[in-house]
Amino acid sequence: MTIERFRYDDDIVRKFVWATVIWGLVGMLVGVLIAFQLAFWKANLGIPYLTFGRLRPLHTNAVIFAFAGNSFFAGMYYASQRLLKARMYSDKLSRIHFWGWQLIIVAAAITLPLGITTSKEYAELEWPIDLAITAVWVVMAINYFGTIFKRRERHLYVAIWFFIASIVTVAVLHIFNSLELPISMTKSYSVYAGVQDALVQWWYGHNAVAFFLTTPFLGLMYYFMPKAANGPIYSYRLSIIHFWSLIFLYIWAGPHHLLFTSLPDWAQTMGMLFSLMLIAPSWGGMINGLLTLRGAWDKLREDPILKFMVVAITFYGMSTFEGPMLSIKSLNKLSHYTDWTISHVHGGALGWNGFLTYGMIYWLIPRLYGRELYSKKLATAHFWMGLLGILIYMLAMYIAGVTQGLMWLDFDSDGYLKYPNFVETVKAIVPLYWIRMFGGLLYLGGALVMLYNVVKTIAGVTVPEDTEAEAAPYERKPLVGSFHYRLEAAPVTLTVLATIAILIGGLAETIPMMAIEANVPSISSVKPYTPLELAGRDIYIREGCNNCHSQMIRPLRAEVERYGEYSKSGEFVYDHPFLWGSKRTGPDLHRIGGKYPNLWHLRHMEDPRAIVEDSIMPAYAWLLENKMNLNDVQAKVKAMKHLGVPYDRDTVTNAKTLAEAQAEAIADDLAASGIDGMQDKEITALIAYLQRLGTDIKK
Amino acid sequence: MGILWMLVPLALALSGIAVVAYVWAWRNRQFDDMETPAYRVLFEDGAATRRGPRANGEAVRGKEETP
Repeated sequence: MTIERFRYDDDIVRKFVWATVIWGLVGMLVGVLIAFQLAFWKANLGIPYLTFGRLRPLHTNAVIFAFAGNSFFAGMYYASQRLLKARMYSDKLSRIHFWGWQLIIVAAAITLPLGITTSKEYAELEWPIDLAITAVWVVMAINYFGTIFKRRERHLYVAIWFFIASIVTVAVLHIFNSLELPISMTKSYSVYAGVQDALVQWWYGHNAVAFFLTTPFLGLMYYFMPKAANGPIYSYRLSIIHFWSLIFLYIWAGPHHLLFTSLPDWAQTMGMLFSLMLIAPSWGGMINGLLTLRGAWDKLREDPILKFMVVAITFYGMSTFEGPMLSIKSLNKLSHYTDWTISHVHGGALGWNGFLTYGMIYWLIPRLYGRELYSKKLATAHFWMGLLGILIYMLAMYIAGVTQGLMWLDFDSDGYLKYPNFVETVKAIVPLYWIRMFGGLLYLGGALVMLYNVVKTIAGVTVPEDTEAEAAPYERKPLVGSFHYRLEAAPVTLTVLATIAILIGGLAETIPMMAIEANVPSISSVKPYTPLELAGRDIYIREGCNNCHSQMIRPLRAEVERYGEYSKSGEFVYDHPFLWGSKRTGPDLHRIGGKYPNLWHLRHMEDPRAIVEDSIMPAYAWLLENKMNLNDVQAKVKAMKHLGVPYDRDTVTNAKTLAEAQAEAIADDLAASGIDGMQDKEITALIAYLQRLGTDIKK
Repeated sequence: MGILWMLVPLALALSGIAVVAYVWAWRNRQFDDMETPAYRVLFEDGAATRRGPRANGEAVRGKEETP
């Protein structure tokens, strides 16, 4: 048997590690800024590009796709080459992947503050960037599967499966959730509407958590945890059970983001049940990771890397317990729309993703640069700062969530809402927003300590040559009868199996919804938006209003009392995209239409505190100055008609004239109250939209 | 919803391949050995040229526990 000598591509790992470090700092910095904005509204600075509504998506995209994404790729490139005993299939593809991904992140960092957004959570990027993501992802997949094909190790270690499942599933999720009809280079409408859009979105959204933040990191855990502990994984058999059960169950859980919404009950219940079942594989994985340290727990005292990893896995366990609990309808009633959810995701993101990443980086840096870490003490300090930061953050948000949730639901002895003014429930938790910001700062500080430590470690170092390795080639059967040969190749099998598992789950959810019309009962009085309202709706999307305001009144007594009639799925059939929201930093807006006069809205947008003294909403004074752009309103109406919204020919051809006429009417009303010259301002379109919301059902 | 016409055939085709592939997966014997893969991960490449920590072949913990 011949032994082949080859080298791994270590340079690409170094690149991704640095990208992780740098984007992590950027994403967390934006996080701290928006935390500050919630505590102190003036931190919105009165600049359109820096308001909470526009920066929040930047924060989530940066930490998910830039920080966690680059971390996943760094670990994947390092571990896979070694597990497969092969250099990556193509150095060029690796670099296209790297630079392409960084460019996408830069594009996100530019477009999101500009208000170029689809409004769908974690899928806010507009269609040209969506296409770029797809292209880069395909490049990565080719490179990855190419490496698997030229591997020298026949057996595929469990980490490889987790990476394969992530690559395949994210591709499917991204493509199907991003199907949208472009209006211009910077604007598109989701092809789905209302409840169906919501289902596809949360099928994506939940599985983004599953296949971007969980399975890739489990792959990393199964490689780096044994490496750091210098002992084998507790049970290899359990890891295989963990993998298959996890990917099969995860894909069904999406509807737990839509409990008590107008999603049909059967889908909600299914999401709840599968979420509960997820505890089993998740905890199997957690136990497998933690018990890898069996007999070596003493090392935890000394080794900051193990500290990071063990706490990361513990947070994985806690998040995957809390998640299913929050998916139970009776608890979700309290937690949904509150900061409890924010607490939950940060346990996962800061604890699981962040700490596993840091553990991995501290382990990788000495190996990638051939030099011991500059300071173990500083790494330990980073650990404690991070842990304290997470705990302060989570505790504050947990208390804020429960407090506000209880206040929303509370009735007095006469049967009236105890806190009828929404702002009272905000005022109660603002101190906790300050504490949360402090927790976030501490965590960010820890990350800065790591930056210093890493920079000191590699200062003046000569970057070592790529690691050399030896292995016997993997002798395959000759290529005759190539169909059979291809089928026999394990990677293909695994890819297909993983794809099947996720597709069965995904389809079981989406097909009935799209096929059975009865699931979306039509309401005859619900009509499409007028052209002006459509333009206003796009301003609502641009400003990211949906990041703080829901448009989904749950069928609970407290909500009906507070906001009005609960929301019906038939009311959203023309909503491309849906704007239900997932967090109520401010009140629900679904029945805002007709509740207040036009002037109220104008004053409120200009200066929220002129209307609600303790409001923490940023002022949107520029809406009173910006000229509204009606040049593309016809294209918008046309696109909507193309997507099945029943506009008549007259509305399409005269879209602009109709919009101007409606704007004139609103401006006249405002003029009667002493505000002149609003007929061509953006505020008028927004008012038109807000005044329309939730009113059709009353006709 | 036009998407249905894309999703359903896609799913059917994939499930068909899956059944075939599953049979071949067992033939490939990926799941036969449940012990050694866990240890194989721990061996470092290029030990001779490596200057980083644990380059000197520190004993793999737990190895002696395997039957």
